[in-house]
Amino acid sequence: MAYDAQTVRRLVARGKHWDKVFVIIGLLSLMVGVLTLAVLLAGLIHDGAGRLNLDFFSNFPSRRAERAGILSALVGSSLVMLVTALAAIPLGIAAGVYLEEYARKNWLTEIIEINVTNLAGVPSIIYGLLALGLFVYAFDFGQSILSAGLTLALLILPVIIVATREAIRAIPGTIREGAYALGATRWQTVRDHVVPYSTGGILTGVIIGLARAIGETAPVITIGALTFIAFLPEAPVGGEFPFISFEWLSSPFTVMPIQMFNWLSRPQAAFQENAAAAGMVLVVLTLLMNALAIWLRLRYRKRIKW
Amino acid sequence: MSSVSSQVITAEATPEPQANRFERRAWRHWGERLIEAVLFLAAFSAVAVTVAIVAILVTESLAFFEHVPLSEFLTDTQWTIMFADKHYGVLPLLAGTLTTTGVALSLAVPVGTVSAIYLSEFAGHRTREIVKPTLELLAGIPTVVFGYFALLMVTPALQYFMPDLPGFNMLGAGLVMGVMIIPYVSSVAEDAMRAVPMHMREGSYAMGATRLQTAIKVVMPAATSGIVAAYILGISRAIGETMVVAVAAGQQPNFTFDPRESGATITAFIVQVALGDLPHGSLEYQSIFAVGLVLVLMTLFFNVVGHLVRKRFREAY
Amino acid sequence: MEMSANELAGQKTGVELSALKAEARNLNFYYGDMQALKGVSLPVAERRVTALIGPSGCGKSTFLRCFNRMHDLYDGSRYEGEIVFQPDGVNILERSVDPIEVRMRIGMVFQKPNPFPKSIFENVAYGLRVRGERSRRVMAEKVEAALRDASLWDEVSDRLDDMAFNLSGGQQQRLCIARALATEPELMLFDEPTSALDPIATANIEELIHRLKDKVTILIVTHNMQQAARVSDYTAFMYLGELVEFGDTNLIFTNPKSKQTEDYITGRYG
Repeated sequence: MAYDAQTVRRLVARGKHWDKVFVIIGLLSLMVGVLTLAVLLAGLIHDGAGRLNLDFFSNFPSRRAERAGILSALVGSSLVMLVTALAAIPLGIAAGVYLEEYARKNWLTEIIEINVTNLAGVPSIIYGLLALGLFVYAFDFGQSILSAGLTLALLILPVIIVATREAIRAIPGTIREGAYALGATRWQTVRDHVVPYSTGGILTGVIIGLARAIGETAPVITIGALTFIAFLPEAPVGGEFPFISFEWLSSPFTVMPIQMFNWLSRPQAAFQENAAAAGMVLVVLTLLMNALAIWLRLRYRKRIKW
Repeated sequence: MSSVSSQVITAEATPEPQANRFERRAWRHWGERLIEAVLFLAAFSAVAVTVAIVAILVTESLAFFEHVPLSEFLTDTQWTIMFADKHYGVLPLLAGTLTTTGVALSLAVPVGTVSAIYLSEFAGHRTREIVKPTLELLAGIPTVVFGYFALLMVTPALQYFMPDLPGFNMLGAGLVMGVMIIPYVSSVAEDAMRAVPMHMREGSYAMGATRLQTAIKVVMPAATSGIVAAYILGISRAIGETMVVAVAAGQQPNFTFDPRESGATITAFIVQVALGDLPHGSLEYQSIFAVGLVLVLMTLFFNVVGHLVRKRFREAY
Repeated sequence: MEMSANELAGQKTGVELSALKAEARNLNFYYGDMQALKGVSLPVAERRVTALIGPSGCGKSTFLRCFNRMHDLYDGSRYEGEIVFQPDGVNILERSVDPIEVRMRIGMVFQKPNPFPKSIFENVAYGLRVRGERSRRVMAEKVEAALRDASLWDEVSDRLDDMAFNLSGGQQQRLCIARALATEPELMLFDEPTSALDPIATANIEELIHRLKDKVTILIVTHNMQQAARVSDYTAFMYLGELVEFGDTNLIFTNPKSKQTEDYITGRYG
C-alpha cells in the first residue's frame, strides 16, 4: 500500500491537530491543582480575613466566637513540634546514616528497608491508634504534649529517613575513600564528611516532615487531645531555680488543626469564620515551610557539584 | 647519588624488634562498635514501630472479637455502636471508604495521568520547574483545611447543580480528596514515564508518529508498572485519608455506594469515637482498633498488589 | 618455598634492591567468587618510585588498593597471601591488623581529584585532625609544609579559607597530594593520578612525584607508559591479575624479558 503525498499530509495534519488538543487538555489538568490552591486560598481569605487581628492570636478559645482566639493552639503546636523535632530528627538521621553507611546487604537490612517503605504508606490515623495504645496507656504518658509529639515523630520518621538516605547517596564514593585513605574511621567519615555534606538534603526532609506534622489532625485527635483548652502549659523556662521545667510535657493541650476542626464542626457561621482564620494561619505556615524546603533544595543542588 | 641513598636505607633496613603498631586500638574498636550499635537501634526502630502497630491492633481487636462474633462483623449491614440497639457490621464503613475512594480516584486518575503525560512528554523545562513545586505545595496543605474546602465551598457549589444534595455528602468529600491525591498520582506516573529511555521515543518519532501518539502508544505501555503503582499509591492515600471525610462526608454509617448520600468511612468513625469520652478497655475503645486493623489490611493489600504489579510488568529497557 | 622479593627481583631482572618498604608475597584477591589477583609478588623499594602498568582490567588498581586495605570498605572482598610492611615486618593483610592503622601510615592519591567540599586549609588539615592534632599552630605549620612540598603553597597561600572546589583540576590534585603528605606517610599510593588532568597539570604532578621520592616511597598505577618511564625507578607489568614482569624501569622498557610485556609497551594491545 503506497501513500501519496496528499494522504500523508492529511495524516500529519490530523496528528498535529490532536497534539494541540492534548496540550489544552494537559494544561487544564495541571490547572486543576493550581486553581484549587487559588480558590482555596481566596475562600479562606474571604471567610476568615475579618477575624484575623491581634486578639485572635492572643485570646484563648471561648464560647463566644468573636472573642475566641488561637493562643493555646499556637503554643500547643509549638511545644508539640519541639518534641517531634527533638525525637524525629536524631532518630531519622541516625537510621538513614545506618542504612547507607553501615548496613550490610543481608536479610535484616532488607527487613528494615521494607519496614521504612511500609511505614511511609501507613495511614496517619493508624499512628494515632498506635499512640493511644502505646504512649497514652501502656507507657502512661496520658493525653499529653509528650504523647502527641512522639506520635507525630513516628509519623514523619520515614520522611526524614528517606531524605537522609537520598542526600547521603548523592555524595560520591570517592569522597568517602578520600577520608578513609587518610586514616579516618567510619564514624569520623560519617561525622566529618557524610553528614555535613548532606545537610541540605536532610534539612529539606526535616522541614517537609515538620510541615506535615504541624498540619496533622487525625492522629492527635485519636490520642484524645482536648479541644477546649483555655490555659497554657507550664513554661519550659522559668525565672526560678532550676530554670528549666519539664512539666509542660505532661500537660493537656490543643494544636492548630484541632482548634480549626473544632470550630469547623460547630454549626454557627461565626465559628466557621474562626475556622477559616485558623485555616489561613495554618496554610500560610505550611506553605512557608514547604516553600523554604523547595528553595533550600534548589540552592543546595546548585551549590555543590561533585 | 644512589650510593648515598642506599647507605641511608641500609641503616634503617635492620629493624629492631618492636611491638605491632598495626594492632587494633581497643578504645577505637569498641567506640566504633558502640556507635554502630546505637545507629542500628535507630534504624531498627522502624521495625519496632511496625511490630508495635500490629501488636496493638491485634490484641485490642482480639478483645473486641471476644464480644462480637467475626461473622456479624463481616456480614451485618448496620454499624450502630453508639446506639442502644448495637450492631457491629463493618460493611457500612467499608462502603463509605470505598465510595469516597472511588469518587476521589475517578477525578485523580484521569487528571493525574494527563498531567503526568503533559509534564513528561510535552512541557518544557520551565513549565516543569514551576508546576512541580506548585503541586508539591498543594500536597503540603493540611488535610483539615481541605475539609473546610469540601464542607463550606465545594458542597455548596455542588448543591447549586444538585439541589437535593445533603450538606454532608460523600461526593464533595471524595472530589476534594481526589484533588489532594493528584500530586501523588501525577508525580509517580511522571517519574515512570521519564524513566523510559529516549531511544524508544526516537524510534517512534522516526516513523512519523506525533508526540501524542508516541506518548500513548510507546511511552505509556513502557511505563505501565510505574503508572499502575501511581494509581495504587493514590488508592492507599484515599483509603487512609481522614479529615476531609470526617468533616464533610457526615458521620452516619450508611450501607450505600451512592456518593450523593452522607456516609462514614473507617477513618471518620475512628475520629468520631476518639472525640467522645473513650473509656480505656470499653467496647467502643476496642472497636476503633478492630476497624483500624481492617484499614491496615486494606492498605497492605493494595501495597502488595502494587508490588506484584511492578514485578509482573518489570520494565526491561 | 617462598622466595623473598629480593631473590625474585634478582632472578627476573638482575636488580638488587637496596632496601624494601613493603613486599607483596603471593597475593590473591577475590571480589566474591571472582579472583582479581593471582599470586602477585612484588617488592617495593624504599624511597623509590615503583610503577604498575598494564592494560585496563589487569588488576593494577586492585593491587594498589590492597596496600591500604581499601577493599575492606566493601562487602565480599577477600585477601589471601601477604603484604609485609617494613620496618615492622608485619603482614598488613592479617586479620589482627587494623586497616585504620595501615592507612595512618600509607597515604593515597586517587584517579580523579577528590578534595572535600571544605576550605583548602581544612582539606590539608583533615588528616592531622584525624590523628588527634589540636594545636592550631602546629596544624598551620604542617599545612604550610605540606602545601610547599606539593608545590601549591605559592598559588594558595593567600586564600587558604577558600573552598577547595574553586581550584583548577591540577591544583585540586596537588591539594590531594598535600593532604596525604601532611600526615607524613611512609608509603604513598598513586592511582592513575593524572588521568583526569591536562598535559601541563600532568607534567607538574610528574615533577612533583619525582621530587617526593626523597621523602617517601611511592607506588604508582598508570596506564600511560611514557609516564611510567619518566617517573619510576622500577616498573611492574601486570596482565589478567598476574604480575608478568618486574624490574628496573630502564630495562623493562628497553629489554623486556616477556613477550607480553614487549607487546604492551610497543603498543600492540591495551
